[in-house]
Order: sequence, then structure tokens, then C-alpha cells
Amino acid sequence: MKKLPKFFLSAAFAATMATSFSAVMAATPPDTLVQAWQIDDITSLDPAEIFEFSNSEIAGNTYERLINYDPKDVSKIYGEVAESWTVSPDGKTFTFKIRQGKKFASGNPLTAEDVVFSFQRAILLDKSPAFILGQFGLSKDNVKDKIKQSGPFEVTMELDKAYAPTFVLYCMTSTVASVVDKKLALQNEKDGDFGYNWLKTHYAGSGPFAIRDWKANEVVVLERNPNSDKKTPLARVIYRHIKETATQRLLLEKGDVDIARNLNPQELEAVAKNPDIKIQNGPKGTVYYLGLNQKNPNLAKPEVRQALKWLVDYSAIADTIMKNKGEVHQAFLPKGFLGAINDNPYKLDVAKAKELLAKAGLKDGFSVTMDTRSTPEITGIAQAIQTTFAQAGVKVEIIPGDSKQTLTKYRARQHDIYIGNWGADYQDPNTNADTFAANDDNSDNAKAKPLAWRNAWDPGPLTAKTRAAVLERDAEKRADMYRDLQKAVLEDGPYVTFLQQIEVIATRKNVDGVVIGPSFDMNSVIQAKKN
Amino acid sequence: MTGATLTQSGGHHALRFFLLRTLQFIAVLATTLLGLVAVTFFIGRIVPIDPVIAIVGDRAPPHVYARVRQELGLDLPMIQQFWIYLKKAISGDFGNSVLTTNPVMTDIINVFPATLELATLGTIIGCLVGIPLGVLAAVKRGSLVDQFVRVLGLVGYSVPIFWLGLMALLLFYAKLGWVEGPGRLDVTYSYMYTPVTGIVLIDTLMQGQMDAFWNAVSHIILPTCLLGYFSLAYISRMTRSFMLNELAQEYVIAARVKGLSEIKVIWRHALRNAAVPLVTVIALSYAHLLEGSVLTETIFAWPGLGQYITNSLQNADMNAVLGGTLVIGTAFVILNLLSDLLYRLLDPRTR
Repeated sequence: MKKLPKFFLSAAFAATMATSFSAVMAATPPDTLVQAWQIDDITSLDPAEIFEFSNSEIAGNTYERLINYDPKDVSKIYGEVAESWTVSPDGKTFTFKIRQGKKFASGNPLTAEDVVFSFQRAILLDKSPAFILGQFGLSKDNVKDKIKQSGPFEVTMELDKAYAPTFVLYCMTSTVASVVDKKLALQNEKDGDFGYNWLKTHYAGSGPFAIRDWKANEVVVLERNPNSDKKTPLARVIYRHIKETATQRLLLEKGDVDIARNLNPQELEAVAKNPDIKIQNGPKGTVYYLGLNQKNPNLAKPEVRQALKWLVDYSAIADTIMKNKGEVHQAFLPKGFLGAINDNPYKLDVAKAKELLAKAGLKDGFSVTMDTRSTPEITGIAQAIQTTFAQAGVKVEIIPGDSKQTLTKYRARQHDIYIGNWGADYQDPNTNADTFAANDDNSDNAKAKPLAWRNAWDPGPLTAKTRAAVLERDAEKRADMYRDLQKAVLEDGPYVTFLQQIEVIATRKNVDGVVIGPSFDMNSVIQAKKN
Repeated sequence: MTGATLTQSGGHHALRFFLLRTLQFIAVLATTLLGLVAVTFFIGRIVPIDPVIAIVGDRAPPHVYARVRQELGLDLPMIQQFWIYLKKAISGDFGNSVLTTNPVMTDIINVFPATLELATLGTIIGCLVGIPLGVLAAVKRGSLVDQFVRVLGLVGYSVPIFWLGLMALLLFYAKLGWVEGPGRLDVTYSYMYTPVTGIVLIDTLMQGQMDAFWNAVSHIILPTCLLGYFSLAYISRMTRSFMLNELAQEYVIAARVKGLSEIKVIWRHALRNAAVPLVTVIALSYAHLLEGSVLTETIFAWPGLGQYITNSLQNADMNAVLGGTLVIGTAFVILNLLSDLLYRLLDPRTR
């Protein structure tokens, strides 16, 4: 592919953009919100399978979950399909009362039967996100006994252990806990698939919007669900797949789309000057980190791991390459999670790093490779890190690659250093602790392969502490346990965590009410309107 | 021999030629496609990308991963995988794309018309403008016109389409507002017609949706002109050199001596002969555009074959890549056959 040097492009752009746009303004219909977004990650619209960014967001606007939380304050949990819930004294049985009078977009009433069906089918279909519900000891063999209807509007769920109640409830806020229209799904069932093959491309929910159309790599169309108890101000929301960010910017400035989702930092800075456009952002539960493979004998030395943490110019990365798109963050729990610590102890300190390297017997540094996805952002970060590492004699060879290609290598533990980002699967701290701080089996053919495994790290006693934290029912004690885990990993773990992602969108001035939540399924257009 | 027998034997001859050609075509098509499938298949299996991740994502638990890997048949020996693919392909089953979950051929039927529409219009523009320019440049060799055509060709050759596309969008769409922007249709028109051929211009016209039709025209002008320009750059250069070759031939001098007008000499005699090799050039250039101009499709948010195959490749969605490659291979072979047939029409010596 032909690629132009970046400065050439931006210079040409600056020159042409400097003069104002003509008065000929296209506009999207007043009752329709049009977004330009990269949506080629969508492979399914079935909530039992949805696990990518774009389809999670679409599910969040079109399906209702048993429990939900306030995107502005994650600690505020409320019942969405559930009206209330009780936990048995032994902590192992949850009973949910289902709200009465709810209807699906199809017109079918929503009852306890639909809730039980949805949860059972998620476990039985056993797609990627099924483990979120499965962690409570639910399996294909026992799910029919463990999740039961105990009244027309009552569901009980039996767990294998007395987990922290917030852990259970946060898992019920994830997309896989969406309530599916049983009658409609079964009408489209084929060979006992619970309607899976149909639902992959269709819709059977009760959310404020209904999915009207999905054309892969082209468009997703949502339409107001007249049966929903939440009335949306807009009649329609259209997500157009626009791969090229410069094209997204043109469409936004021209008014042919109302929101551009993937603008890069330079483009954001430029459109911010346009009086018709405003910028909106929200921190996301995704952290960026370097994974240091402990199979590399140099990286396996504790002093080297420490030294590398002192060799990253954290604020420079956050202020330049990731400007508007990230803030410095060094613990594995993102800001906003129970027990997250935000004191960011590390900064660029070459002298200290050199001292540590000398202690490790590497006073002249060493050479190491870094697998880097060839996106402008990750490449920029890699180059910045290469520069600061070099100041202490650590010579980094950047190996560029396609994202799936570097990921394949990382998952096989064949990297030295990998630049990764990790988004929380659900809003409970266990989601990240389980992957960063626990590793039950560090052998090559382990069953579970968390991030600790990918970096060939045995966290020792931290694994047991992680398992204990999920069973702690006292919230304050539990938060303390996660603080301890983060401190231990910050000190000794094979990760140089450097950034928490901020999601930024550029919208036309007349658009209001779009919510950028802490996770992708909490990006909401339900209350969006155009003035 | 009488005139009647002449035509009769000519008819037999043509029929035999046609049959022979058809057989040859089928043989060529079969071997080409088999070769293509084999090469693409094995490259796809060697590529260091794990196709299972594209389906289950990075977070899937190990047992889900293992199950999908088995479902895809990736645990079998490569030769066996190839054999299974081949057997299914022969019966018309090219598998499903993991990204879109549709059968691959359904996907291609959806994306190919978009590319076909662009490539065809682009080639038409390329021919209509490129051939006369090439002829002019050859006739007025060394003149200002020749220089102009050379520069035009050079620019078309060397400027990245990516940049030119963005600039064209900035100028004609964003600043002047003469044409519509990226995409095939405005959202307001997207649901006003039923896709039949998949070619928006034809579908909207046939269903009498004139507003949608003109909107589609306004959307397609810029990308087709861009592709047209690139094929024009190539076609005009080739026309010029073929024409120079012909103009130096003795029959041209003979025609001039006969007192034919310069117009007749150039357009009827010289161009007629230059047209023979030109057909191949045009066919190749058309085939090239049919592959899908990935960059043009990306900038103009045009959901065509190029974007589809590139995206599939990046995700190791090998069924989709194989299907796309087969379609392109078939297009190449068909265009080759067509240019062969045109050769015979244009060049009596090959009959």
C-alpha cells in the first residue's frame, strides 16, 4: 500500500482547512443521529456472544440487563429488569424480583421465564463471555437446577460459594446478562440452538432502541422501540462504518454525520477550533501496559522489571502522543473501580534505573525486542519508550506487526515486550485482578491463560489473595485487599502500566445527551437529542 | 470459390474456433482457479495470525477457544484441511466468513457490485479521455499537447491515490459542495429502494427513485473520476506509444500518398491497428480496478471488494480471502478471454 509521510498530509490538510467551509451545509435529519465509527469488529448481535467494543455499545442501547449501574458513579447499582433482590443468609442464593409490565419490542411481555431462559442459554451456548456468569459455579450440566423461576416474576440463582455480593451484581450488569425475548428466539430456533443463528443478525430485546438493520462493515440502524418504558427523544440512530479517520472528520465538519468516533489527537485538536463542533470525553476502564515476558532471562530479574518502570516518560506520553485520549495511570485497576489506587509512584528517573540495572549485573544495559501493533498511537508510544529506555542502555528493537499477528505471538508467550491494552470485562475489580495478579498454572499447557501466564509470571501468594478477595463480603475489607494486590504488582509485577484510556468523541454543537460511560456497553444514546 | 461457400466455410471455422475457445477457457479457468486456491490457502495457513481469535476474541476461556479451533478444522493436517476445503468449494460451498458470519459468496454478492460499478465507470472514463489524448500526443509528438499529456500521465502514475482522493474530497465536497461525500448514498435515501442488482445507479433508476438516483450519481462522481484518472494515465501513455509505432508504418505513408485526409489516416487506419494491443491494456487496467482499489474504497467509505478482502486478510478470515481471490481470478480469466475474442474481431490476421 502506498503511504504518505504524515507531515505531508497534515501540511496539505492545514493549508486547505485554513479557509472556511462553504455555506452549502448538508444536514442529517433532525430526528436521526448519525455516527461515523469503525464498526468492523462486529461479528454477532446475540447478547450471549457479544464481546467486542461496537456490538457491546449497541447491545447497551437495545437490550436491558438484570442489574445496571449509574455511568457517572459506578458504585450506584440499581435494578433494571430486576425490581429488587435479596441474598440468603449463607450468601449463596440470590432472589431477583422482576419488574412487571415490561414488554419486548416484539410486543411479548417480559417475565421471569425470559430471564431464566436468557441466563440458561448463555451458559448452554457457551460463547466467549459465558464465563462471566459461569464463574459462580454455573455449568452446562447444572444450570437448569441453579437458575430457576420461583414465581411468574421471581428468579432464584444458586451459587457454589458465598461470593462478595457486589461481584455477583456487577456481573449481572454485563451484556451477557441481557434479557432476551424467549418466545421470539424460540420461534427462530434451529436444531436446538436457542435461536442463536438467527439472533446473531437479528434482535429480540426490550431496550429503548431496537436494532432494525445490520450490514456488516457498512451500517447499523437503531430505531425507537415503541414498547419500551423509556421514551427516546430521537427516532433513529445510525452507525456508519467509516474506516478512515480523515474521512470521519470531513463528514463531521460538513454535517453529514453528527458524531465522529475515531479521530486521532491531531484531528481532535483541529476540529476543536470549529465553532460548530464540540468535544466530549469520559475515562474508560482500559489500561495500557508493557508486558515483560519472564521467559527472557534479563526481564525475569526483579531489578530489571523495576528499572524499566523508572524508564518510561509517563507524562510525555499522556501529554503528546495520547493527548486527549489517555491519562497517566500505573495500577492495574482503572480509576473508578472499587479499591483502585491512583498515586502513580513511578516517573522517568534514568539515574535510578541505571543503579537498578547495575545491581542486576547489567550496567551496560541489554538488547530486547518489542512487538508493536502498527497503529499510529501504539507506534508512537513504542518510539517514545525506545528513546527513554536507550538512556539507560536498554536497546529496544521494535517489531511492527498487524494487531492480530502480534496478539497471536503474545498469546503464545513468544514476545520479549508487548505493548498491550486491557479493558475490564465487567465493573468488579476481580476482572483485572484475576488476569494481572493471579496465575494458577504457569506451565506451557496450562488450562487458564491470564495476562500473568502470557508473561510467564508466577505471582506466588498473590494468586491465593486474589481468590480470597472475591469471597470477601465486607466491601471496605475487600477494597483494602485489592489495594494490597495492586501495590504488590506495581512493585514486582512484569507489567509497566502507564496509561488509562479516555474515550473522546467529536459531536456537532446541536447534539446533547450522549453519555460516554466507563465501559463500552455504557456508551448511551438513549437520552441523546438534537437541538 | 463462390462467395456463398466462402461464408459457409467461414461460419464453420468460426464455430470450431468458438468451441475450441470455450473448451480452452474452461481448462484455463479450472487450472488458474485451482492454482490460486492452493497458493492462497497455504499462504493463509502459514500467516502468523490465529484465525480463532478473530472469532472468539482475545478473552475467550481456553475451552471455548479449543472448541472453535476444532470446529474450524485447524487441528487437522494442512493437506487434509485443503482437501476438505476443495471438496466443499467444488460443490459450491465456500464456507462462512468469520467476521460477517455470512456465507462468503453472499458477502461477495453484496460487495462486488459496488466495486463493479466503480471500476466500470472508471474504465469508461479512462478510455473516453485516455485514448484521444494518447492519439493526440502521438500525432503532435514533441508539441505542447504531448508535454501536457506526459505530465498528466506522470502525475497520475506517481501521486498516491490516497492523497489525491482526500484532496479531491476536501475541494469538491467539503469546500465547494459540488458533490456528495463518502458513501454510496445519503442515509435518507438508503432505504428508499430495494437492492436487486446491487448496483445503486441501476437499482434506483429502474425503480424510478430519481432523487435517490441523482444522489447516487453525486456520490459516485468523485471516486470514479479518480479511478478514471488513474486508468487514463496508463491508457493514454500506452495509446501514445502504440500510435507512434503505427504512424511509422508504411501503410500510413501509403494512405497519405493515396491522398486520404489526415483525420482518416489517424483515426481510421492507424488507431484501428493500434487498437489491437490496446484492448489488452484496457482489459488489464479494468481487471486491476476490479480487484478493488483498497485505498479509494477506504477514503470514500465504499463498501467494495478491496476493503472486504483487506479486512478479512488482517483478521485471517481465510474463507473470505479465498472466496474473494477466486472471484478476482475468474474476472481476470474472463477478461482475458474477452480481449482474445476482440483481438480476432479487430485483427483479421488472427482469424
